[in-house]
Amino acid sequence: MKESVESLRETDAIAVERVLAGDRDAYRTLVERHSRNVHRLAYRLTGNAHDTEDVVQEAFLRAYQKLGQFEARSNFGTWVYRIAANYAIDRMRQRNKEDARRELPETHGPDGAEQDPVALVRDESPSPERLMQSTQLRREMERALNELSHAERTAFVMRHWEGCGIEEIAAVLKSNTSAAKNTVFRAVQKLRRALEPFLDARAPAKAMGTEG
Amino acid sequence: MTHPTEEQLIAYREGETPRREEIATHLKECGGCRSELERIGAVLRVLGEFPVPEPGEDYERRVWQRLAPKLAQKRARWWQTWLEPRRLATAGAVLVLVVVAFVAGRITKRVRTDTTAAGTQEQVRERILVVAVGEHLGKSEMVLVELANAEPQDAKQKHVNISAEQHRAGDLLEENRMYRQTALQQGDTGLASVLDELERVLVDVAHSPDEVTPAQLESIQKRIEAHGILFKVRVVGKELQQRQDDMKTAPAQGGQQARERNKT
Repeated sequence: MKESVESLRETDAIAVERVLAGDRDAYRTLVERHSRNVHRLAYRLTGNAHDTEDVVQEAFLRAYQKLGQFEARSNFGTWVYRIAANYAIDRMRQRNKEDARRELPETHGPDGAEQDPVALVRDESPSPERLMQSTQLRREMERALNELSHAERTAFVMRHWEGCGIEEIAAVLKSNTSAAKNTVFRAVQKLRRALEPFLDARAPAKAMGTEG
Repeated sequence: MTHPTEEQLIAYREGETPRREEIATHLKECGGCRSELERIGAVLRVLGEFPVPEPGEDYERRVWQRLAPKLAQKRARWWQTWLEPRRLATAGAVLVLVVVAFVAGRITKRVRTDTTAAGTQEQVRERILVVAVGEHLGKSEMVLVELANAEPQDAKQKHVNISAEQHRAGDLLEENRMYRQTALQQGDTGLASVLDELERVLVDVAHSPDEVTPAQLESIQKRIEAHGILFKVRVVGKELQQRQDDMKTAPAQGGQQARERNKT
């Protein structure tokens, strides 16, 4: 496993060298290897398919434009990941400003759920009770995540879903490690406040055997 | 110790506290704090189930197809450019041509003492260039003809595979750049101009996707047609063949012909 990771890193480094030598198509290797991971991160940070695609495209475009600054010993995957996280934060801040300007009401109703890509994900045991509970829980998770600040959401996603170290999070947030740690803790606290009531509601259902 | 705060318990769970042992000891003794830690864990476990939609099997290819047109060709660092294997091969071939031209020039000088050394060497170099470029144009013509005649096998076919032509165009592109520069250095601006136009078409083809839609294929074919490049390549190819034949009989006329074409 370690060997394959090392060999991936080596082939990434070769592809980077080829792109820097003028072979634009060598960048395809890097895009195809890392786009799925960047997509996952972007979706978790933005929460919608449209912004996700924008973040993926922009992250790879910026990485290409800045490739001369990429250090050969670094990991391209981590690097493009960081660019994606930075852009996602900027994008979501921009979107909030635009939304505030338009004064659009929040759409958490049934119409919003129809367009929501989360609703497209298959539930493996779709009993009506479970479906109702998990749909509600998903909505609450989305709501709770949306109520975090951009820094808190980024810190939480990177730490808990992407397994990033505190230093990496601090680099994306442009803060020191101590501040980054506190941002993670604060995000967990807020998510707990928002979601714990729904977990308590789910527990009796479990006991009644309506789940799993 | 007193009961740890919620933030201290989160820090403990995150593995980011300097008081790890102290809190661990307390947790062994305190059921309330263990329960609190378990509730934090339960929220995080549920959040771990937050789904990310599957982007589809060919997601990587779609990302590349949207991205590729936005990427400008990078200006290579000069030393990297020359260390690329394909370029090294082409540069090697040109070096061989130059050495052959030099040696042939010296031999000719010895045999034909009535001709000036510079004039003879120029003729020999030109002859080699004419042969090499003629061959290059022949190969380019074949790729362009294949692309001009490519079409979907039936109306339902959504993609046409042009990867073979694409790779050959990529190889020819390197040679083309070398020959264009050499033609410019030799003052053969007519040939350089045709090679320049050919280069643009080769760049287009080399940077196309492996598989194109019938509409994309038609667009490539229109670009080939619009420049009349196939016709120009054929004309120059024939002219080079003629020059090659003339050189065999009357070597001195070669340079004169190039100058005449430049005027045209």
